[in-house]
Amino acid sequence: MVSDGTVTRAAPEEAAAEALGLAEDVLGRAMRVGATEAEVLVTTDDSALTRFANSEIHQNVAESSRTVNLRFVAGKRIAVMSSGRTDVEGIRSLVNRASAVVRTCEELEDWAGLPKPADGPARVPQVAAWSEITAGATPELRAEAVRAVIAAADAAGVNAYGSFATSAEAIAVANSVGIRSSQSRTSSQLITVHMSPDGGNGYAEAAATDASTIDAAALGREAAAKAKASDNAVGLEPGDYPVVLEEYAVVDITDYLGFLGFSALAVQEGRSFYEAGRKVGSDLVSVVDDGGDAAGLPMAFDYEGVRKQRVPLLERGVCQGIVYDSQTAARAGTVSTGHGLPAPNPYGPFPLNSVMAAGTTSREDLVAGLDRGLLVTRFHYTNTVHPKLAIITGMTRDGTFLVEGGKVVGPVRNLRFTQSYLDAIAGVSAVASTRKTLKGFLGSAVVPAVRIDAWTFTGATEH
Amino acid sequence: MSPDTSEHRDLTDRALNTAQALGASYADVRVVRRREESITVKTGKVEGVALGETEGFGVRVLVGGAWGFASSHRLDLAEADRVAGLAVRIAKASATALRRPVVLDDRPPAHGTFATPVEEDPFRIPLESKIADLLEADKRASSVKGIVFTESMYAAQREWKTFAATDGSFTEQTITHIGSAVEANAIKGDEHQRRSYPDAGGGYRAAGYEFIRGLDLANHAERYAEEAVELLTAPQLPPGRRTIILDPSQLYLQIHESCGHPTELDRVFLTEASYAGTSFLTTDKLDAGFRYGSDLITIVADATAPHGMGTFGWDDEGVAAQSVPLIQNGILVGYLSSRETAPRIGRQSGGAMRADGWNRIPLIRMTNVSLMPVPGMSLDDIVADTDDGLYLASNRSWSIDDRRLNFQFATEVAYEIKGGKRGRLYKNPTYTGITYEFWRSCDAVGDASSWVMLGTPNCGKGEPGQVGHVGHGVSGARFQNVQVGVGKW
Repeated sequence: MVSDGTVTRAAPEEAAAEALGLAEDVLGRAMRVGATEAEVLVTTDDSALTRFANSEIHQNVAESSRTVNLRFVAGKRIAVMSSGRTDVEGIRSLVNRASAVVRTCEELEDWAGLPKPADGPARVPQVAAWSEITAGATPELRAEAVRAVIAAADAAGVNAYGSFATSAEAIAVANSVGIRSSQSRTSSQLITVHMSPDGGNGYAEAAATDASTIDAAALGREAAAKAKASDNAVGLEPGDYPVVLEEYAVVDITDYLGFLGFSALAVQEGRSFYEAGRKVGSDLVSVVDDGGDAAGLPMAFDYEGVRKQRVPLLERGVCQGIVYDSQTAARAGTVSTGHGLPAPNPYGPFPLNSVMAAGTTSREDLVAGLDRGLLVTRFHYTNTVHPKLAIITGMTRDGTFLVEGGKVVGPVRNLRFTQSYLDAIAGVSAVASTRKTLKGFLGSAVVPAVRIDAWTFTGATEH
Repeated sequence: MSPDTSEHRDLTDRALNTAQALGASYADVRVVRRREESITVKTGKVEGVALGETEGFGVRVLVGGAWGFASSHRLDLAEADRVAGLAVRIAKASATALRRPVVLDDRPPAHGTFATPVEEDPFRIPLESKIADLLEADKRASSVKGIVFTESMYAAQREWKTFAATDGSFTEQTITHIGSAVEANAIKGDEHQRRSYPDAGGGYRAAGYEFIRGLDLANHAERYAEEAVELLTAPQLPPGRRTIILDPSQLYLQIHESCGHPTELDRVFLTEASYAGTSFLTTDKLDAGFRYGSDLITIVADATAPHGMGTFGWDDEGVAAQSVPLIQNGILVGYLSSRETAPRIGRQSGGAMRADGWNRIPLIRMTNVSLMPVPGMSLDDIVADTDDGLYLASNRSWSIDDRRLNFQFATEVAYEIKGGKRGRLYKNPTYTGITYEFWRSCDAVGDASSWVMLGTPNCGKGEPGQVGHVGHGVSGARFQNVQVGVGKW
């Protein structure tokens, strides 16, 4: 009898314990073949994604994977081996190759050693990171949600394009100086672009630990309404305009500031704008990195097994803190904040759970406060032009509107901007009282919409 | 070192049989093993030596005209049954929201083997030797006064790929890619300047370690580092409309973003709309003979080009490698396509379906999208032929709108050209334009003596995300009346 693909899934605690057991097994083998220190990261992932375009499902995928990442240390020589082969022979090969390779590596003079449990509690606190519904999501459940998005598009006479992803993963870290961390997490994300025959585009997105909290029909209606509202957009001369940025655009700002500025490695290499106590944003801008905030996609510990600390990055516009992994922390004479990525990591630590404080302004009043400016739904293909000044270029996308006298007067064609994100947060004059949970390029983010007094648009396109 | 073919044959047969037994009208399966090796040196310290290996298989099925795909890292027959079953179940779920049943073109079954030609197998070169080569280059860069930090990298990847399909296709390929770079960073105050050799992100090819030796990183490192320091005090490039010459280290990315991506037929048919975007090169423009560029512009997607990272024997649908004209003397004449999309414009697949490993479906990707050389002037001749202009080299940032029209690039450096000679440096150069206006403004393309195969191992597309390795052959070119110096500085 053939299978329909159903998997008997372990309980989250069992999955985490199984991952930790494998990590400890590999760790023991590494120590027995001569490692002076070792760290093992095990990641197992069951994920699926249903993708739609032209209001039909056109790609629909699932994967089951497991990866072992071994950081093998011999004195100050370090080699990292990873493998997707986790049978006995695969593990034996992994450990033996690491043992052989490490002896050919150069010493890392300032190697500080693996993080110890003293860097954080040996047992990390549990965070609300698991949903049975997400973990058990079936192809049929995802298709049902997609049909709801498409129905909203049909009702508005537009087409739907997007994806609905669900995943369940277990992460475990064991090292030779006592770290034992394990956790099971789920996440889900639905995004949709709606496109109208008359040229209008709209967008909506939601991310959550629990897929059942994502209202697919409501997201479909939001994107459809935006697409219809942006029909027959007209050209607008580039220049400086006040803007209201929706949450989908704001996440790009928090991500880039985290990427360029709030990483200890960027600071140590002198390429960050960050200086403790430097005022870079308006009083209305406060951002923390908080892996324990249930409003985001929580994460109890980092990829070195170190408990995630809540790190204030910006407090009322003032640079307050940066995030560390074990190596950058040792170089700075401090302890890791729990923001390490899988070894080897030449990129440095990053804030992966940004949370921006809500303000007191309603979404309606953000726009009502614009005398003449633009309402921007989101950005597209942003990239760094100048890292220390945080100058970014990119395009607007999926709904850009001219606002006059506090009211939306009509859609405009997409514009290119070349804008310092530091100047942008310095110009924040209002912050929305509500926030959305989204996925950015650096992880999850909880962000409000904002009003910014000046934004520099430097070019235009044809749609 | 190649995987055991007979073992894979059992698995591929089992997956295909199970898929068909459950109702698949078509199925294919790829078994992929990938081995990777990388070294990172930062400011004279070996920060990372990483070796990775992954293997698994993915089954793609058509049921009732709808696609399903499932994959697993477990290579056994029971798992082949489970994954094939899951793929069929997923396809049936897809069919509940289907408007245009998939129809594939009729390519002949694929059979055979292919391997990247490699002179010096990078995986047989001792690791300490590769580390020593990289350390030497990095130390030479970091020895330059004013350099704050350096970063040098080496990476190699080999993929063994078995493809089988229900039409009887069975191919085996071994693909090897390799790359390296040294990067020097100078920082003073708010100014951060960088120079990279051979170019930003690294020089990559389908080749063996002989390519790394040919780069000769160590003997270029100091000169590039000195230029990074020099840029700290160079004037800011003022805004204006200028004649610009793009070095191959920048022109390849211009081709990638403004020709490669918009000629992907899946983008044209809007199936990437939610993530990467669509394309302004709609099929009505193919029918109308749209003028994409000047007469000098001929661009091909050639999956047979030597050393290209888009070179293979068959794509991941079993379509044989071929050269597909995209732009012929400035006119749009073709697309990168698949078995599903090509019939919609009355053509056969051009063989551009590529997947990032065993756990991803194939998507339309670039192969080697190359600007063909034009006889007459080498790149140096073009500089000598330019009275007043700018020479821009090595990419620093890139951005382009969701239909691939409005682009903006920054390069690491701009050299002023006066009277046919390269002169002083400008820092933070940027240029921007509209794709077809820019390519129509091209009035010189370098000849074959300047033509080199470059590429990127970092082309993102799809959901879940996939990273593609693609090649770009290019010789440098000149463009007129281009807006430079964008933004407030």
